[in-house]
Amino acid sequence: MKSLEDLKKMREKALKKVEMRDVNKKYRVVVGMATCGIAAGARPVLNKLIEELGNNDYPCIVTQTGCIGLCAYEPIVEVFNQEDQTKTTYVHVTPEKAVSILQNHILKDRILTEFTIDSYQK
Amino acid sequence: MQDIAMYIIEILMNSIYANSNNIICHIEIKTSINQLLIIIEDDGKGMNDELLANVTNPFTTTRKTRKIGLGVAFLQHLCDQCNGDLTIKSKENIGTITVVKLPYDHWDIPPLGNIGQMMMFCIQANADIDFILQYIKDEHTFFFDTKLIKQELGEVNIDEPDILLWIKEYINQGIKGENL
Repeated sequence: MKSLEDLKKMREKALKKVEMRDVNKKYRVVVGMATCGIAAGARPVLNKLIEELGNNDYPCIVTQTGCIGLCAYEPIVEVFNQEDQTKTTYVHVTPEKAVSILQNHILKDRILTEFTIDSYQK
Repeated sequence: MQDIAMYIIEILMNSIYANSNNIICHIEIKTSINQLLIIIEDDGKGMNDELLANVTNPFTTTRKTRKIGLGVAFLQHLCDQCNGDLTIKSKENIGTITVVKLPYDHWDIPPLGNIGQMMMFCIQANADIDFILQYIKDEHTFFFDTKLIKQELGEVNIDEPDILLWIKEYINQGIKGENL
């Protein structure tokens, strides 16, 4: 049962967290949430990303965007490295792949080349 | 599209992209008159008469990345296939109101879907916007306002992952009538 009491507890927890972590996160994870993305299954992907971020501490924030213009490759997840300003585009992402992206790319800086758009276009 | 929540999220996303400050989503099921009523109201930039007249056309869009805009077109199709009615009113710089009326027991109406998740995505898309969700099913009423949540949270952001997940669960419980 979720009650408004939980919200107060979560607020205190979140305040402690804010003090601990650095303000600028290294990565920005962007999910395409236009009609094409949602139709292709972006909802469970975004849901999984938020759940993972709620349970674990990752050096990234998750945001949404509209149509990226590559509708046939949706669901698309783009990972922006804020330090060296590079972008990695993951295509046909599933919730399982999304977790793998967080655990490898975000945590260990290991890009999963087999899921990126470059490997699909070859 | 598989569920009603998917259709609504399309319309809510339009409202979010229209630079709204407040968005109200009203879902009302009245079994006595067999009606599912959905109203989405925003105070965004609105549409001019020309855009409004063509808004259900799938080749109408304001975005630059592609020439197709399917959100409202799909909703119109849903209303057509279910003998429902779609009305959109809009005034530039004042806002837009979208009203959907559907016969609740129609064969071709998809299930309602995950309304909590739908609201979570909208709040995550733009945490500065205040969302109100009103859900009514006959005698049962559930009301959710992000303003009240933000008041409770103080300086903590509403788009923190655990708070978003709490919102999703809280709304889904409220819709089922389990909240105290």
